[in-house]
Amino acid sequence: MNYGPLVFLAAFFALASSWCGFVLTPQLQIGRLQQTNTVGSAAATYPVARPGLARQGLEVYRANGCAYCHSQQVGQTGTLLDIALTDAGTNETTTIAALLKLADASANHPGVLTALPPWGGSRSNASTTALLGELPRAFLRSSTREAANAAVKTLNSTSAKAQLWIVPVGPDLARGWGRRRTVAEDFLFDSPVMPGSQRVGPDLTNVGMRQPDANWHLLHLYAPQAQVKGSTMPPYRFLFEKRRIRFQPSPEALMLPPELAPPAGYEIVPKPAAKALAAYLVNLRADAPLYTAPLTVPAAPAASTPTNAATATASAK
Amino acid sequence: MSVISSPSQPSAAGPADTAPALVAPAAIDLSCRLPLVVLFLSAAVWLLVASAFGLVASIKFHAPGFLADSAWLTYGRVRPAGVNSMLYGFCLQAGLGVALWMLARLGRTTLAAPWLVIVGALCWNLGVAAGVLGILRGGSTGFENLEMPGYAVSLVFLACLMMVFWGVLTFHQRRERQLYVSQWFLFAALFWFPWIYSTANLLLQGFHVRGVAQAVIAWWYSDNLLVVWLGLVGLATVLYFVPKLTSRDLHSRYLALLAFWMLILFGSWSGIPANAPVPAWMPALSVVATVLGVIPVIAVALNVHWTLEGKCSKLLGHPSLRFIGFGLVAFIVAGLASAATALPAVNQITQFTWFIPARGLLNSYGFFAMVIFGAIYYIVPQLIGQEFPFPKLVRAHFWTAAAGVLLFVVPLAIRGIAQGLRLQHADVAFADIAKGTLPFLRASTTGDLLMALGHLMFLANLCGLVFQFYRARAVSAWAEATAELKTAEARS
Repeated sequence: MNYGPLVFLAAFFALASSWCGFVLTPQLQIGRLQQTNTVGSAAATYPVARPGLARQGLEVYRANGCAYCHSQQVGQTGTLLDIALTDAGTNETTTIAALLKLADASANHPGVLTALPPWGGSRSNASTTALLGELPRAFLRSSTREAANAAVKTLNSTSAKAQLWIVPVGPDLARGWGRRRTVAEDFLFDSPVMPGSQRVGPDLTNVGMRQPDANWHLLHLYAPQAQVKGSTMPPYRFLFEKRRIRFQPSPEALMLPPELAPPAGYEIVPKPAAKALAAYLVNLRADAPLYTAPLTVPAAPAASTPTNAATATASAK
Repeated sequence: MSVISSPSQPSAAGPADTAPALVAPAAIDLSCRLPLVVLFLSAAVWLLVASAFGLVASIKFHAPGFLADSAWLTYGRVRPAGVNSMLYGFCLQAGLGVALWMLARLGRTTLAAPWLVIVGALCWNLGVAAGVLGILRGGSTGFENLEMPGYAVSLVFLACLMMVFWGVLTFHQRRERQLYVSQWFLFAALFWFPWIYSTANLLLQGFHVRGVAQAVIAWWYSDNLLVVWLGLVGLATVLYFVPKLTSRDLHSRYLALLAFWMLILFGSWSGIPANAPVPAWMPALSVVATVLGVIPVIAVALNVHWTLEGKCSKLLGHPSLRFIGFGLVAFIVAGLASAATALPAVNQITQFTWFIPARGLLNSYGFFAMVIFGAIYYIVPQLIGQEFPFPKLVRAHFWTAAAGVLLFVVPLAIRGIAQGLRLQHADVAFADIAKGTLPFLRASTTGDLLMALGHLMFLANLCGLVFQFYRARAVSAWAEATAELKTAEARS
């Protein structure tokens, strides 16, 4: 009996199904992804294409295989709600009383409502009064929407103004690697997309947020152990050039510690590839609030305008 | 209906005068000899190249400054160069060689167009060499397992089409019309690779799809190559050699076909990591498919167990079977591990840790490469008609390879889980976690070293046998030629 065509059809349909599932459909769904708008008061288009030098840096990142040790995707395990005051109101005494009452209630229902440090640590009239000077600030954190809404209602019944802030949480975010999870939109303008599969070194999704200084990155690429003690990263000295100082030192020359400094009369300058890579790293930042991954970005303390009202009301519903 | 339940059992179907004459094994081996020797020898050389790159990459963990001042030898280039040498240089090349031989033997027909297979093999090696050099000079595409730049890919694809075409033709021309289960696996594997390779490279390097769809395609490709293709060829080899070398019938043909179906169905859907930044339906589907992927693993395990009637010690009797038995155990462990770590809660811990490379090596080396070693140790003496010059090295190769795999996989898997658990606690500094993995990486470097030692023995045995054979032929040819001259001299 001849089963040849049957084997062919079996394998053909199995592979064709997975081809339709994981090649064709993603192409139709995320291959056509467009820029989206950030949420919050300062709505902007997201993402924006990287500047030219940073785009060249992506090529350096690709060519040298940085992605084998550094992932560019952070996860979140959940979302919590912060109860924040934006305005202490005319009668601070009742506001403080309401806050302290909520804090006491939180002690009775641990987990649902938590008082946030530093206020949570020293819950007293004096410390609360001091903190009321630095609004907006989150005072309580809630894991359920009901408890959060009730707390906001209690505070709003005084003369104060309270809001809900959306706070994504998870181990990656607690490390300071990001403010929200990575979503498909974050990679829209990158080619190749290198989400990485290992964390031999830290995640780089938001390294531009943690280290916005390109010179720090240049020094780190030249001598990782000098910048981060105990780092296991290999140095990338081939991205730099040691050259004789001709007339006067180059403004780009690295300011190295004495044990790494070149002999007198020489200087270490980054090659174009190093400058591009540093520009790319500084440009790595994916923390804009999106509808697919919402978060509230609080305005700087003591800002006069109410912030993120749209997000807060959207989430309270 | 009669079915073939053992690869060595002659067909009982049909009167002899209507069936085409079956080709004798010796004639089949003769037709396969040169193409397979070329494929296996170059695969063995790539194996050594891969070990060298792997060792350099591994040493960099203990001395970050080691060979760091050369752009060509930086970690992020040496590591993909090693992985590509291993995958395309050894796994695919040797796997294709074994597949062609099994297709010819099971179909009881000679290999179609052996010379064109040789041309294909040479073209393949040229392509892989160009690709590895391309990666070293910074031309990597940035997609894992697909790093080779476009010019190398076109050569490799052309070569693969050449070899696959003659493989399909050999299957088509088979004299034995009854199919043994291994042929299903092999025939599917033959056209699986060109399909996934062309799709992935066209979309990633030709048409440049946008955004994270690139990552999805790269994951899909890696999964189809490492789980499905390696699984198809590796299991075909296991199901061929275990009954053959123990002189038993395969316990159940239907159980083997179930494994085949489940492998191609679920294996091809299981590539997307559970916490990937893509629309949630993709990882969800992949998690389900990965967990269901234990079905083929269990089916093959039970089938082999019942074929041996529970006497698994039989696998230790033959040097080739020892390799294949080890490979089968590794296949089962790796299959169970990937099903267990597919669940989102577990994946949250194992993702981005050393557990992932440990499991990957257990599949591609512990399972596939070991099974292929076993097959090559059986096939090459058949092709050449002589035994290996250093039979002790075959034993030694098994023990060094087995110890190497264990030394690589076990410490990294254990440390990977610990690393993942510590990553869940933001108050443990990242630098401490990274430093904590170093002693375990040292053990894995030792594993790398042992595997490299094994590869040297493998190459020595293969080269020794081939050299011995062709030298003997050259000597006899010389003697023949000079004998004619002598008679001519005597006459004049």
